[in-house]
Amino acid sequence: MEKMPAWADVVLVPLISLLLAAAISALVIMGIGEDPVAAVKMMVSGALGSTYGWGYTLYYATNFMFTGLAVSVAFHAKMFNIGGEGQAMIGGLGVALMALFIPWPHWSLALIFCSIGGAVFGALWALIPAILQAKRGSHIVITTIMFNFMAAALLNYLLVSILRPVKSMDPATASFPEPTHLPTLHDLLMPLGIEFSKSAPANVSLLLALAAAVFVWVLIWRTRLGYALRAFGHSDTAAQYAGINPVKITILAMLISGGLAGMMAVNTTLGEAERLVLNATEGAGFIGIAVALMGRSHPFGVVLASILFGFLYQGGAELALWTSIPRELIVVIQALVILFTGALDNMVRMPIERLFIALRGSGDRDG
Amino acid sequence: MVDVLNDLLTVLDSTLRLATPLLLACLAGLFSERAGIFDIGLEGKMLAAAFFSAAVAALTGSVWIGLASGIAASLALSAVHGLASITFRGNQLISGVAINFLAAGMTVLIAQSLFQQGGRTPSLSGQARFNPVDLPFAEQIETVPLLGPIYAELFSGHTILVYAALAMVPLTWWLLYRTRFGLRLRAVGEAPEAVDTAGVSVIRLRFTAVAICGVLCGIAGAYLSTGLQAGFVKDMTAGRGYIALAALIFAKWRPWYALISCLLFGFLQALALRPDLIEKYLFFKVQIQLLDALPYILTVIILAGFVGKAIPPRAGGEPYVKER
Repeated sequence: MEKMPAWADVVLVPLISLLLAAAISALVIMGIGEDPVAAVKMMVSGALGSTYGWGYTLYYATNFMFTGLAVSVAFHAKMFNIGGEGQAMIGGLGVALMALFIPWPHWSLALIFCSIGGAVFGALWALIPAILQAKRGSHIVITTIMFNFMAAALLNYLLVSILRPVKSMDPATASFPEPTHLPTLHDLLMPLGIEFSKSAPANVSLLLALAAAVFVWVLIWRTRLGYALRAFGHSDTAAQYAGINPVKITILAMLISGGLAGMMAVNTTLGEAERLVLNATEGAGFIGIAVALMGRSHPFGVVLASILFGFLYQGGAELALWTSIPRELIVVIQALVILFTGALDNMVRMPIERLFIALRGSGDRDG
Repeated sequence: MVDVLNDLLTVLDSTLRLATPLLLACLAGLFSERAGIFDIGLEGKMLAAAFFSAAVAALTGSVWIGLASGIAASLALSAVHGLASITFRGNQLISGVAINFLAAGMTVLIAQSLFQQGGRTPSLSGQARFNPVDLPFAEQIETVPLLGPIYAELFSGHTILVYAALAMVPLTWWLLYRTRFGLRLRAVGEAPEAVDTAGVSVIRLRFTAVAICGVLCGIAGAYLSTGLQAGFVKDMTAGRGYIALAALIFAKWRPWYALISCLLFGFLQALALRPDLIEKYLFFKVQIQLLDALPYILTVIILAGFVGKAIPPRAGGEPYVKER
């Protein structure tokens, strides 16, 4: 018998965890001598009060959808891919190479092939940790952390020494050619008669991210591979007994995860910066962890959690701009969300389970 | 020849200084992981300690009060990790990630609110930081050829925390392999059910290990901001917690090997600071980025099992549930 109804597991537990994280965040804001209510008001008006704010919120959300989906797919196979950051960095390299060296006639072609480039590069960066996990039993968490640092070093070297145009001081590639520039939400919504801010960076990659969410849903719950993945995640011994090849599943799960993380670069590199810069990922790979935990590794939850984090990111930027609250507040909130929805999950879950069991017990007696 | 010796001593001297925080954090991780608690939060604990020791040292003018506050901050994060991973049997890796972000964010928030210097503390000087200690007779024998400079330049003139870190290696070895506590600690990381059957509390042992880890991370962080540097700057640990983790795997969770691997990784960091010396002696340019990445690459090679297999403690990462 289930300990508690499904809705409590999917909605109530995460909601209480989130409230706890929010309450402590409010205490932190008070601790540094600011007013949490005023801060929230400013965040809401800055992130959601204008199409400009929405444009940034959705731009950040797009990043988090990709990295959150990446972490989720690995979670389903009971692996913790902490390397989304590195995979997204290397994915950026794939996107940049595609955009720089092939003269695309139209943005739609550039979008398709740059996405493939980003996904392939991101997947390849996840391949070695995946093989080491599958064949040698080296812990995926440790290897992916190591690969994050290697990715940063590699990208630093490539941007400083190889890809930087002559005479340029910035460690960045040349700007991508005009035809590869992606339409922003302003361009997309104009024909529909909707006025959207011109200067906000949200672009067509948002639709790509939503499509990726649908893809992950179909993959996990409607395909044979997804079934194998979840079975492996629940019990690797049972999965092996059922004829599922653990090496194959581990590697495939990590390739898909790395590919999704790599595709994030389409948004930042092709969509926004229009060239590859150092630290294009800005920690989005790690926010993917918070987003996946909060969204319970379900694509729908991930999309919602991504929009929430997009709001926090844009709202936090507004706070840093207008008040003395530094941007790092977001990092604290992110940490608290990971702590309460991830590591301290049982702290919230166990009392609620007990409550439901007690309620059910008294109900039985009444009936 | 004198020139070569001088260059070598300079690099080895900074190797020792850069290896110290790695060694302390590595031994911290060793205690925790040998007891079966994975800790990827070394980085965050060091960062919190680095901030609190520098901030309190700046406010009180005493580096020792600073050190104590740094250790307290690190212990507080250890308590969170213990609560999440031992009491509530949560995922130890996720808890570590949360701790790292918590420290990264909170240090800047508090630094900004206390000092308004863009996430820094004021520069420390005098009694507010750890100053170099001259070993006895360093000046007298400095003129003795070869041995004199080695003693005076390389071994003498470090802060007390460097010597403390080196002393921690035999101490850790003795504690782990020659005491009853050490035997139980290692057992609880390999077979907690056996320890439980023997009537020893798994939970208390693991909390003790996590607390020792907190103290050592605290000293490591304090050394960064009050010994190696004179003050805290945002994200000053710069991945050292992860390098320490790499060194721990490289050392296969053993104290003396931890010393060797931390010295090796410290040496790589020292070389990365002096690319001119590499060019001078090896006649080719080594990319600094390659030196930066080398500890991680070496660790992956070790993990891949090409140079002997690194097998973590058997019960590592698994929350212990008493059989009913």
